[in-house]
Amino acid sequence: MESFFSASERGRNNKEFRNFTGNAAVQKWGQKMSLLEVSDLRISLRTHDDAVRAVRGVSFSLEPKETLAIVGESGSGKSMTVKGIMKLLPKTGRIESGKIVLDGRDITRCSERRMRRLNGSEISMIFQDPMTSLNPTMTVGKQIMEVLREHEKMSRPAMKARTLELLGLVGISYPEKRFSQYPHQLSGGMRQRVVIAMALACNPKVLVADEPTTALDVTIQAQILDLMKSLQSRISTSIILITHNLGVVANIADKVAVMYGGKIVESGTVEEIFYGAQHPYTLGLIASIPKIHGGSAELKAIPGTPPDLTDPPKGCPFAPRCEKAMKVCRLIPPEDTRITATHRSACWLQHPLARRAAGKEGNHE
Amino acid sequence: MQGMELTEDLFVPAEAGAGEREKIARPTRSGFQDAWIRLKRNKGAVVALVLLLALVVLAFLGPSFTRFDYYTTDYGAIFQPPNAVHWFGTDKFGRDEWSRVWYGTRISLLIAVVAAALDLLVGVTYGSVSALLGGMADAVMQRVIEVLIGIPNLIIVILLMMVMPAGIGTLIIAMSISGWANMARLVRAEILKLKNQEFVLAARLLGTPDRRIILRHLIPNTMGVIVINTMFTIPSAIFTEAFLSFIGIGLQEPKASLGVLINSGFQVINSHVFLLFVPAAVIVLIMVCFSILGDGLRDAFDPQMRT
Amino acid sequence: MKKYILKRIVYLLVTLLVIMTATFFLMHSLPGTPFDEDKISRLSAEQQRQIYAAYGLDQPVYIQYFKYLANVFRGDFGTSTLYSGQPVAGILAARIVPSALVGIQAVLAGLAVGLILGVVAAYRHNTPLDYLTMVISVLGISVPNFVVAALLQYFFGLKWRLLPVAYWESYASSILPSLALSFGVIAQIARFVRTEMLTVLQQDYILTAKAKGLSPAKILVRHALRNSLLPVITILGAITVNVLTGSLAVESIYGVPGIGSLFVDTIKANDYSTILGLTVFYSAFYVVVILIIDILYCVIDPRIRLAPAKE
Repeated sequence: MESFFSASERGRNNKEFRNFTGNAAVQKWGQKMSLLEVSDLRISLRTHDDAVRAVRGVSFSLEPKETLAIVGESGSGKSMTVKGIMKLLPKTGRIESGKIVLDGRDITRCSERRMRRLNGSEISMIFQDPMTSLNPTMTVGKQIMEVLREHEKMSRPAMKARTLELLGLVGISYPEKRFSQYPHQLSGGMRQRVVIAMALACNPKVLVADEPTTALDVTIQAQILDLMKSLQSRISTSIILITHNLGVVANIADKVAVMYGGKIVESGTVEEIFYGAQHPYTLGLIASIPKIHGGSAELKAIPGTPPDLTDPPKGCPFAPRCEKAMKVCRLIPPEDTRITATHRSACWLQHPLARRAAGKEGNHE
Repeated sequence: MQGMELTEDLFVPAEAGAGEREKIARPTRSGFQDAWIRLKRNKGAVVALVLLLALVVLAFLGPSFTRFDYYTTDYGAIFQPPNAVHWFGTDKFGRDEWSRVWYGTRISLLIAVVAAALDLLVGVTYGSVSALLGGMADAVMQRVIEVLIGIPNLIIVILLMMVMPAGIGTLIIAMSISGWANMARLVRAEILKLKNQEFVLAARLLGTPDRRIILRHLIPNTMGVIVINTMFTIPSAIFTEAFLSFIGIGLQEPKASLGVLINSGFQVINSHVFLLFVPAAVIVLIMVCFSILGDGLRDAFDPQMRT
Repeated sequence: MKKYILKRIVYLLVTLLVIMTATFFLMHSLPGTPFDEDKISRLSAEQQRQIYAAYGLDQPVYIQYFKYLANVFRGDFGTSTLYSGQPVAGILAARIVPSALVGIQAVLAGLAVGLILGVVAAYRHNTPLDYLTMVISVLGISVPNFVVAALLQYFFGLKWRLLPVAYWESYASSILPSLALSFGVIAQIARFVRTEMLTVLQQDYILTAKAKGLSPAKILVRHALRNSLLPVITILGAITVNVLTGSLAVESIYGVPGIGSLFVDTIKANDYSTILGLTVFYSAFYVVVILIIDILYCVIDPRIRLAPAKE
């Protein structure tokens, strides 16, 4: 009779298994260090009377040149997680506990001043709406040069040259003309390219993209994603892509982490998630992708609404909406089940005890 | 987390709590209820409201607290500073200042409220008609408003005051004539904005008759703007009346309003400053309360400021 | 954009015409004459007729109207009855300087203080400094300018004897009136800048700037300020109105020989020509200021100046 715990202990000892625990124990065993390692991160937003537990124990890692997609609905905590990493949380936000290690350095509790030196140069972020992400009263060129001015020691002509080079790199034609234009003079797709240029100006090791294509037309979306993919190989950046759109994920991600109710409920490689998803929420997401070929005429949605994180549910956050919920699901938060070295799912259904109960039922039929 | 033991019997399907999925976390509230609750949370606004009500009560009942009235003269007791008999002192004719101040407040408030009401009536009608008619009629009506707004209010008021026989009625009419343009503009803008919103389209698609759309959808949503604007029109009217009376163009002795009283006090600023301080304090208090209340209302009605 | 300016100029002229016409006919519908009744009645009928003719009051109203318009274009506003015989235009010209001095000082000082207060309040949102600014702002807006003027006169002039209050003697005589007028300006601007700045600080591009690693100081100066101060131009119109109307009371209180006090005196004296001239002057001034502000705003905001993109 295997106990669950010994299996996981064995998993920890296994050197193949690297990707999804943040345990310090892993480092002790001399593993190769990931570029970015997040362990058990917990973030809350405190208002007068309430505290919203936005991120409740998130762990993941990111390797060089890798693209990780974090998928989830609004309110799942995906934006807060990355904002916490970069110390861009709102005034009410606080990292309660956990560890963030960027390129070997622990930046969990580092000062804002130190973080400012990293932001824009080692790790940068682009946001959803390019129209509002750019200062409307400053020319595009100046905004890009601002990053260079802040982090690099370059002469003005060198900065301008670099800016023009960047504009060309992101596929903007007539860079000299665009350099002195204002954001409202550019189209939506062009603006997002500018934003990408700004983010990549100092060759950061990590690029975080928070829903970069949500505000764009579908055709432009594809262009921007292609651009990001090609830039990634050119500049050797790792990308964390946050989205609620699985279609985008399939396009460009290597790894996927699915978030719900402030936790990662399932994570794995793109193939594992799309073809071998285990968690009911992930399955629901995949099922709700409209299929052009075949399939029924009815769109499948996941009924219900996300949980209120001021008073998070005791057990699995998805339990209230899960069709396969069991008694244990509502009582105890599920532990990670390691399905393969890279594929984990936080669901009681994968627990051996669940399979046994199902097996028993099957026998009765 | 490890409080419970994992036993097999936990791993059976739970009863479907279907209601739980669609559970709405907080109770629903209507627009006005919501605004009222938010207003109550704003402590400053609540204090302002209470103070204002107190002042209004005093304006009507104040003079009856003492045995003096506002017009009886007593030449033996002129220019008395505040004392136990005359709580606010007496003026140059020996009249009780307490009664005069509250009587004056009453006059100022009445003028302001009536002017604001007229302002509202004309402005809302004009604005909504303009917005609902649309097209050419709207364009013409808009031009008229724009020209009117281009003329400084005070000039209109002063000119009208000169032409019409002096008196409270004239003052009220003059102030409303110059003031309605702003309300009309706001109401029109709000209705235009609402007219084009999707819930109106939805109502139309559902077959709701126009009359119902206006009454049930457009007007209630405009109320917010109207109420807020009125909250600012009233103090503006108080100010205008006081201003005009102060420089001698509005009401004059023997009629009493806050402006007249402040002017009288100013005349004797060298010797009997209290006659200036008291009505000044009252008018400042009123204006401040309206200002805070108006701001509070504006925040309470603003859907983007939900906590 | 040029079409817009042209349109605005047309409005300006139409508004002026409406004002002049309305004022003119209002004046002439007044009962009584601008002359002192019992002095006039002592003259013979012939002399009365002569006086009337001298002031052009004997002709039918519409002729007087057109004559008036023609005169205005020539810059002739007739003669004052209060200041017997002096041309209105001349009186106006002489009194502009004190009003301008007091007014401009008030606006400039108000702008400077108001801007600083507003920015600081927004930056220290929900701290005591913010509340203090809000209090100042509410007071400044609520306390009527004539009350401020009266109180200032009492404390600074009479009680503490720091500054002159009555006559127009030296530069120092302009300090208190400007101060009195500036309170309203400070209050309005501080409140407006605070609101604008708070909105700006919530914008995405501020977050982008932080993500770029910029320090709070640089973000404030390069991104926040520019975007919040631009809209201040839009309330300059309202501020101008406040200062203009406030000057009526403030100049009377402090004995400033300016246009405001002139207006008050002539209204009380029914000096038609001067009142007309002043009305036209005030309206024209206000309308021109509004026009300048609108044009300025178009020019400064790149979103309006340069046409948006074509995809």
